[in-house]
Parts: sequence; C-alpha cells; structure tokens
Amino acid sequence: MKKSADIDPITLAVLSGRMEQIADEMDATLFRAAFNPIIAEAHDASHGLYHAQSGNTLVQGKSGLPIFVGVMSFAVKAVIDKAAELGELNDGDIFIFNDAHIGGTHLSDMRLVRPYFYEGELFCFLASVGHWHDLGGAVPGNYNPSATDAFQEAFILPPVRLARAGEVNTDIIDILMRNTRLPQSAEGDLNGQLGALDLGVRRMDELLGEYGAGTVSAALEALGDRAETLMRAELSALPDGRWEAVDYLDNDGVSDSALPIKVALEISGDTMVLDFEGTAPRCAGPVNIAFPTAVATAYVAIKHIFPNLPANAGVMRPIDVRIPEGSLLAADFPAPVGGYTETILRMIDVIFSAASGVAPDRIVANAYGTINALSIAGRRSNGKPWVMFSFYGGGHGGSPEGDGLSHGNAPISTATIPPMEILEAAYPVLFRQWALRPGSAGAGKNRGGMGAIYEIEILEENGAEVFLFGERGRFAPKGVTGGGEAALNVFTYEQDDGWHTPPLTSKMHGIRLRQGQVVRLETPGGGGYGRAGERAAEAVAQDVAFGLLSAEEADTQYGSAWRGPRG
Amino acid sequence: MSNHETQAGRMIGVDVGGTFTDIFVLDEMTGTATVAKVPTTRPDQSAGFLEGIGRQVSALSTVSVVVHGTTAGTNALLERKGARIGLITTEGLRDVLEMRRRDRPATWGLRGDFKPVVPRNLRLEVPERTLADGTIRTPVDLQAVRDAARKLVAEGCLAVAVTFANSYANPENERAAAAAVREIWPNPHVSASHEILPEIREFERFSTTALNAYLQPEVSGYLDRLESALEGGGFDGEFLIVQSNGGVMTVENACRLPVRTALSGPAAGVIAAAYIAQTAGFPDVITGDMGGTSFDVSLIANGESMLTPETSVDFGMVVRLPMIEITTIGAGGGSIAWVDKGGMLMIGPESAGSDPGPVAYGMGNTRPTVTDANVVLGRIDPDNPIGGKLERLDVDAAARAIDEHVGRPLGLSTLQAAAAILKVANSRMAGAIRLVSIERGFDPKRFAFMPFGGGGALHSGALLDEVGLGRAIVPRYPGVTSAMGCVIADMRQDFVQTINAFVADLDEAALAGFMQRHMEDGHEMLDAAHTRFLSRGTTFELDMSYVGQTHTVAVPLDVSVENGKVVPPTRAEVADAFDKAYRAAYGRVLPNGVRRVMNLRSAVTGRRPKFDLSTLAPETTGTVEGARKATRKVYFGDNWHETAIYNRLDLPVGAAIHGPAILEQPDTTVLIDPGLTGTVDRFGNTIITRQGA
Repeated sequence: MKKSADIDPITLAVLSGRMEQIADEMDATLFRAAFNPIIAEAHDASHGLYHAQSGNTLVQGKSGLPIFVGVMSFAVKAVIDKAAELGELNDGDIFIFNDAHIGGTHLSDMRLVRPYFYEGELFCFLASVGHWHDLGGAVPGNYNPSATDAFQEAFILPPVRLARAGEVNTDIIDILMRNTRLPQSAEGDLNGQLGALDLGVRRMDELLGEYGAGTVSAALEALGDRAETLMRAELSALPDGRWEAVDYLDNDGVSDSALPIKVALEISGDTMVLDFEGTAPRCAGPVNIAFPTAVATAYVAIKHIFPNLPANAGVMRPIDVRIPEGSLLAADFPAPVGGYTETILRMIDVIFSAASGVAPDRIVANAYGTINALSIAGRRSNGKPWVMFSFYGGGHGGSPEGDGLSHGNAPISTATIPPMEILEAAYPVLFRQWALRPGSAGAGKNRGGMGAIYEIEILEENGAEVFLFGERGRFAPKGVTGGGEAALNVFTYEQDDGWHTPPLTSKMHGIRLRQGQVVRLETPGGGGYGRAGERAAEAVAQDVAFGLLSAEEADTQYGSAWRGPRG
Repeated sequence: MSNHETQAGRMIGVDVGGTFTDIFVLDEMTGTATVAKVPTTRPDQSAGFLEGIGRQVSALSTVSVVVHGTTAGTNALLERKGARIGLITTEGLRDVLEMRRRDRPATWGLRGDFKPVVPRNLRLEVPERTLADGTIRTPVDLQAVRDAARKLVAEGCLAVAVTFANSYANPENERAAAAAVREIWPNPHVSASHEILPEIREFERFSTTALNAYLQPEVSGYLDRLESALEGGGFDGEFLIVQSNGGVMTVENACRLPVRTALSGPAAGVIAAAYIAQTAGFPDVITGDMGGTSFDVSLIANGESMLTPETSVDFGMVVRLPMIEITTIGAGGGSIAWVDKGGMLMIGPESAGSDPGPVAYGMGNTRPTVTDANVVLGRIDPDNPIGGKLERLDVDAAARAIDEHVGRPLGLSTLQAAAAILKVANSRMAGAIRLVSIERGFDPKRFAFMPFGGGGALHSGALLDEVGLGRAIVPRYPGVTSAMGCVIADMRQDFVQTINAFVADLDEAALAGFMQRHMEDGHEMLDAAHTRFLSRGTTFELDMSYVGQTHTVAVPLDVSVENGKVVPPTRAEVADAFDKAYRAAYGRVLPNGVRRVMNLRSAVTGRRPKFDLSTLAPETTGTVEGARKATRKVYFGDNWHETAIYNRLDLPVGAAIHGPAILEQPDTTVLIDPGLTGTVDRFGNTIITRQGA
C-alpha cells in the first residue's frame, strides 16, 4: 500500500467520510432485509473494510454492534490464513463461518468475508456479520446456560467457501439450512448479508474509479496512523502508573463458585498495557470466551473512555492487551462460549474501575452488567409452539457530568427492547409491571441510573417453561471515585408453594409455570460516581419525592441533610 | 360571516424562524406577490408576526386566509419549555415514558441521562387492564381516575395525558377514563392516547400523547393570542396552521393536536420546493436548507415529498406521526472548522450559529466558520452582508482565524485553507444528499438540487459536482420559501388504526369500517374549514409484513368508494397489493411466508387553489447589462478570477449567465462556478447547469 504521507489532509477528510458511508450503507442494507428481529431491530450485526494482508479493521459502520468493531479483524485474519492454506484467493470468493474460537463472540454470529479486488489486484476485504436466530444445538436460540462444550451450543461451521470465483456452492447452503430450526429466517439473513457485500463491492468500485486505488489505499493507511496518533496523544496526557481492579462472575452455570476477572492497567508515556493476569482459568460452563473476543472487548472499553477516537485498528497500536493462556478469557476449542456477553461486560467493568484511578473525569461507573437473556416457551392450545426471547435493560453508571441513564442498553450493544404491546400481541403473556426499580441505583455525587422490574404472567392454559441466562446475582455493579454499588440482579418465580429463586441466582433452565403464575426480573441499576456525601440535598429529596428511593434508604445512603434544615 | 367561497382577497403565509419572521402575501385579485422579513420576537413570537403582516397589509379585512408555519411547538420541545403536565396510566406502567425503548443517547461514551416531560410524581396509576386482543381483564376504576385527576389539578398541572395499555385494540377503558377526567379538568387540555394515535407500541403512543399534552397549553395559548389579535384587527378569514406532514389544519385542530406541528416550519419549505420545482419542470428534486448550525436535506420524487412515520425531536422525545422526512447534519454556515490531534480537518459539530456568528461578524467568535471561508474567498460581499443586520464584514479577522486554526496546523496558505474548509464542508453536505438519494435507490442524475435558506446557493455548484446531480434550481426568493409553502400547502389529515391480523383471517368488513370512519372524519374536518378546495382525495395504505418480520412495508390500496361508502377490499386484493409492494422493496416474495396486516393508515386531503408562480417572474423590461453591477475578485480552484456581480432580481427571463459569476439579492447570494451557467426561467428561478450539458 502507499504510504500515508502521500495524501493531502483535505482528500483524507473527504475519503474518510465516503468510506464510513459505505460501511454504514452495508449495515442499513442488512437491517432492512433481515428477517430476524435480532438483526432487524436489535442491530446485532456489523460491516466493514479490512486490511488485505493483516485483516486489521480499516473502516467500520457506525450502526452495528460495538463489540464487532474489534472482533471482525480476527474473522478476516482467519480467512486470510485459510486462503493461504488453500493456496488461492479469487475475485468472487466468499467465505462463511460461525466458529467462535476462530472468529470470536459466539456461534450465533454468522460471518461472511469477501476479498475485494480492483483491477485484478486484492485491495481489501469486506465482511458482514449477523446474529442468526437459531443454529441447532440443545436449546432453541442457542443460549444454553448449562452447556459444557460448544457442540451443545450450536452447529459449528469453520471457514469454508460459500462462493468460489463468483460461483455459489449450494451444498453449503443446504448444510446450513438443515442445521437450523428456522431455515426461512436463516435464508433471509444469509441473502441480506450477501446483498450487503454486493453493495459494498459496487460502492468500492465507484470510489476507486473516482479517486484511484493508490489514493484510497494511502487514505486508509493515513486513517490508521491518525487513529494511532490520536490515541497516543490521549495516553500521553495521562499520568504514568499502574492501576488494578477485580470483579467476579457469579458462577459458570454448572457449579456455584465465583470467577474472578482481574485487570492491571499500566500507562507509560504514550502506551498502555491491559493485563488480565489473575483471571479465573477456563471453566466448565458457557461463560468462557475466545481470545479474539477478549481483545475486541478491550477495544470496546477504550472506545467508551475515548468516544471521539475513530473506529479502526490504529487505535489499538499503542495498547498491549495481555490475555493469560488457560484463562477463561482465552478458552480453547471446544469450550462453551455461548454466554460471552456476561464475561465481556465484566471485563469492561474492571477496565472502567481500573481506569477511574488514572482518568476519573473520563470514566463512568459500572452499568448493570448483565444481558439477562430470558426465554419463555410453550405450546398453545392448538399445539403450536411459541418462544418469547428477549434481553432486558438496566441502569447505566453515574458519570462526571450527571446521573446515569435509567433503563439503558448494554455497553456492548445498541439494541432496543421490543415494545411490551408487541410482545403481548405475539405471545400469551401479560406484563403486570414494566417499571423502574426504586432503590436499584448506586449512591453517589451522581447516582447510577435505575434498573427495571419486569413482572410477566403466563396467560396460556398449557403453562410455559422459562430459561434465564443472567449475571450480577451475587456481585453488584460497582461505583467509581467513591460512588456506591447498585442493587443485585434478582430473579424470582412463582410456584404452587410460593416464590422461589434459582440456586445459581440468575441462570436457570426448565422452570415450569402454570397459567396465572408469574416470573419477576429485577435488574441492577448503575453504580454511583463520586462520594454520596457530595450529592446535592435537593437531588436526594427529589429522588425520594419521585419514589425512586425510600426515606430510610436516603438516610442510610446520603445522611439526613436532604430532609432540610428542620430535619 | 362573509362568504369565503367566492371572495378573492389576500392570502398570507407566515413562517416564524429563529432569526427572521418571513411574510409572503399573495393578492389573488391582481395575482401579485410581495415578501417581507422582520426580526422574530421572543419569547412571544406573535408581536413579530403581527408587525410583519402590518407592514404589508393596511386592512386585515382584505385578507381571506392566513397560513402559519410555526416553530412554537418545535422550540417548546427542544428547549423543554412545555407546560407542567400529569399522566394517568395503567397500573404497573407509570415509567414507560422514562424507560423509552431501552436505548441510549450515543453509541460510545455511556454519558447522558433522560428526563421525561412528565416527572415521576405526576405519573399516576389506576387499576384497569385491557389485553392485546381487546378483552377487558380489569374494568377501569373511575373513582381512582377522578382522584388522580384531582390530585394532578391540585399539583398545578395545566394538561393531562391518559395512556392505557393496549388501548389501540380496545379504547373502552381509556375512553371512559378520559371522559371522567374531562368532567372535572378545568381546561380542554386532556389528551387520550387512542385519540392521538390508536397504534400498537406503548412507548411511541404514550410519548406522542404526552408530548401533545405538554404542548397544548403553550401552543394553544400562542395561537389564541394570534387569532384574537388578527380578529381585533378586522380579520374574518380562515386561520390555518401547517402540520409536520406538509398539510394544513384549522387553528382549532392545531390547539387540540399541537404535536402535529412539531416540524411545521421546515415542512412548509419542502412543500414550496416541491411546487416550485414541479412547475419549473423538475418533479424530482432534493432540497438543501443551509442554516447557521445545520444543513437540512429532503427528497421529493415525482412531486411527492417523502414521509417518515416517526421522528425523535431529541433523545427519548419520540413523535410517531407522519412527517415530511428531513435529514439533518451539523454543517451550517456557522459550523466551526478545526484540525484534530491526528491532523485531520474537521467541520463542526460545534457551531458559532448566528450569535456570535462567524468571525467576520466581529461579535466575539475567534474560530473560523464555513461562512468565514466564503468571505475570505470573495464569495460573499463584505460590504453588503445579507440580512442587513451588520454594516460590513471583517475579512481580515476571518483570514487571521483561518490561518491560525487551519492554515498553520496543516501547512497551507490562508486561501488554500479557506478552500479546504469549503471542500470538506461540501463533502459532508454531499454525504447527506447521498444518504437520502443513492442509499434509498434514487439515482441523483435524475434529481435537481434546490438550495434554500441564505447560504445554500453558495454551494450548489460544488454539490452538483460531488454527487452528480443533474442541475440546481434556485428559487426566485429562496429566503422566504417556507412562508410561500404556507400559501401552497393542501389541507391534510392522517389517521392510523392498528389491525394486527393475518391476511387469511382479516375481517374485511371491520377494515372497511375503519376506512369509512377515517374518510368521514377527514371530510368532516375539511367541511369545518372555511377555505376553498379544488378537489378532495382519500388514500389508504396498510403497514404489512410476513409473520416473524418486524419491519413493515407500506402497501398502497386501491379502494373504491361508491355512494360515499367504502367498498371493502378483499383478502385476495390485500394479498396481491402486499406482494407487489414487497417485490418492489426487496426484489422477491416468499412463497411460504404468512402475510400479516399491522396498521391501516389513511390520509384525507383537500387540495387548495395554487397561485401562478409566473406572477413572481421578473418584469420584461430588464437587461443583463442593466443587472450587472460590478466585478469582484473571487477565488476558484487555485486562483483569483475577476467575477461579474449581478443584481439577481433585475435579470430578465431567459438571461444566461456563464460562470464565474455571482448573483446577489437582499437575502441570498447565488454562486455560479466556472464551467456552469445560470439561466433565468420564466418564473424567475435560476437554473444552474454544466456548460455544454
């Protein structure tokens, strides 16, 4: 590729916008065409341009899932390695796979990687990833809280050629469609992803036709250099030193013991080390993650701390992410990784906690820290099966500027929640409560946002079965700079003899409910920012007046100043 | 009451913007139009409104219609200056407004919280519950409703929203509750969600309803003041308000449904643009309104502006009503140019707006803006700044700022740096145009670009080049487009009703019943207005999808009406219409897919008389030479060019001006780049094309 010095800053600014727009347009194409709501509504997908030799992220769409920004470069690298092994890479080849140990995240994410050739030469890779609805395995939807290996989670496809030199191999499609419970949805998503890649090729042809391959590749190099320069400038402005933090996963869904996630953050000059030494070893259950996921997660945390940095690999050049071998952050095949969301949320939490020591004005307190994948399933009186599957929200952490957001989405995602009325219209359930959860926020100068209470009654006369994959049942989201902890995640369900909680707190499968019985999910708020004693008395009084905090809780957390001069 | 059906008088359009109030007066007798600009008055915009009309018209009794595009609602929402209001809702759901759809303000950073327009202590729950199929599980406790209403009155609430779960499926509980509240509520400001938006999705419905209540006291007070003042001045014509969907409604409806005015002002501009362009022979047009802080783009295909079903006025402030689709990016004349730590030239998002404004205004800003680059390159006349607020512009100060903040960090000369600022700003504007055209499958070559607002016409040449648009059309009075749009807009009412049924189980008679009601309600509203309609029309559309899909496609239905009765469409017709629309959107249909009808959307339109745009055309006596007033050095490419300056309004029809040239008028500067030609058409528009094209 050309050197970045070969491009003038004005052309660079123009090309940067054009290429981001190509990736954004690929995102939008798939969101519109996808059949499955996890892509169409929750935007659990991503597209971008990747380096021809290294696979590094060059440009990534703004609207896809944040975690993919870093993780997709591993998927592209896997394809580069596969092509080297095959000894050929052609214009019109398309590789497809979901193997999470190679490509990161979990088996639900189907990755398509297509080399992009311009005038006969490999210019870069285009890739598309999307969360498919179902890929076989023991549990519909592939969230199996007690899986002990990847084979129990889903069908596994290593990088193979879906198309070779423009010729689609329909055998691969036949294999895929036989290994999903929802072939119509899968076919729709696959077509959407292929359409997005086609569009990317057309747009790249136009751009390179207009500016020339040399200029565009120089721009891509320059954008990476620029991101690196920006990152180094940010790090240089911070003091040198070492800060540590540790937090815990409740358990692995198989045996009930806490799993530490530990980080040491070290800044020296314009570089940073994130060392996860001391993190728990590979575990039996599905809260392991693959190495690519761990590295990508560090990137997500960094982007949240420095939100104005561009979305390309240059940002990570000054950052050394050390993942200890044998830990649950670098679990080898076939360790189960279906619950990767919980583990990476905890990684982000500890990075924030450690970074609050060095850059308190850049950091927000911990968010609610669990995806709470809740699935309620059964059969209607006419025999037809139904499955209501969704993720539930909680509070964001307090920030230097103000209180945390109530009922936000997870830091690794931008997904919205389906409307209650859509769920009630589609499934035999009734939400008795869809409400904020008073008392759930961590105290602080700026308190956390509120978590939520969802109370769901089964209306179907055949009853239903409930599955939950959650976390934060034993270790609450933490505050920073003296802020308090939020409330724990609490899941309860009704049986004939009264209310129960699962033995593993937030992970459970196969709970039988009868018609009229209820499950209740109470999610954590966010941690507090700054010491509670510094919170304005009027703000505490308002929380009490709004019923977000009881008078007793206010006294305990903030003292009695909020009651005014008369006490 | 006078007979408006026959009386031809003056029609007046009034657009109140952030800085100026624009007045457009059309004399129907003589066919002549006059325009005026007066400063917008704050906080009460009615003073500027009345003064502006007063300047143009001595006797209000000669005015037959006043149409108003208002930002009163928009501003109240953006600045959170609506009324103190309460909410009465289903037990268990008091927090829906605050919980939104579990989103966040920005993908990266996890900052920012959200305060809904109704504080939690004023959101009260009552026992009641309707199921998704419309079954009433718990009848509403009306005593609890009355207690809640009294409590809210005692708390000083000026309006109230009543929002119950699943009221789209069966409004009985909510209707009874709203009636009970209205019996004791001290004013008419009671908004019930099934009246505002009988559509599935509780957050969107509750939010739209609450924002309506939030605006009611403020907007209806403002409109009442205007109406009384107009009547006090002898006006006895029709007073109409532009809605965000680009249609007008009566002032009475606007007071009841103020949330429909959320984007009233910009919508009027797009309506005018569509009419001007279509009249000039360009039914496909992309408008670009360049203001101080933003560039607003809208696409009109085949004379029809695009509508979007939902808009977020701000984070969490969702209005789910059909609105003219306007895409906004933060690149306006006041957007600040800067170089980031990685050495890249950036434009915005920070803006100097119009106060303090660009460096050249000399009002305290020292960081260079897009306008400063235009000043330094000679494109804006420093001795005659548009708007008339300033004596002259400080070119040297603008040059120094560009040098310091852009030139030196990038190693560019002042002129190179100014040109770079324009290039990057133009590329961002081009990106917004691509977003609404190429990304939606529209080929930009087919489209004309229409700039309006003060600054857009400086950039049209660059945008033709960047996006590959066919031509630009600069309307004769680009600064008063929105006011003109008020006079042009049709009357329109939109309706929605959630159906939620498989096509195979569709109750055809029930669907036709909703259509009939929408049509009758719409015509009743048209009847109640005292304005003249050339014709009336009703359109029906279904939101449909395959089961399992969440995105719906809009399916237009051909429905016949016989003797005032809707002929029910059959299931087969509905299925065919869906297949056709789905194929058009996605290129194929799914043979095994199960089709579902989600919502019915109806629109009833009364077409108002259009005025003849040629009345705006220049007088026939002018000559090109007579319009030429000077030459000035203007920087293009990498050199100064001696550039002819014309008084735009003096150019005769048919005049063809080859670039480089600048056409000036009191509120707009039109730049014709080298290689382009601007031709005055018979309506006084300037059509800019490539030479030899």
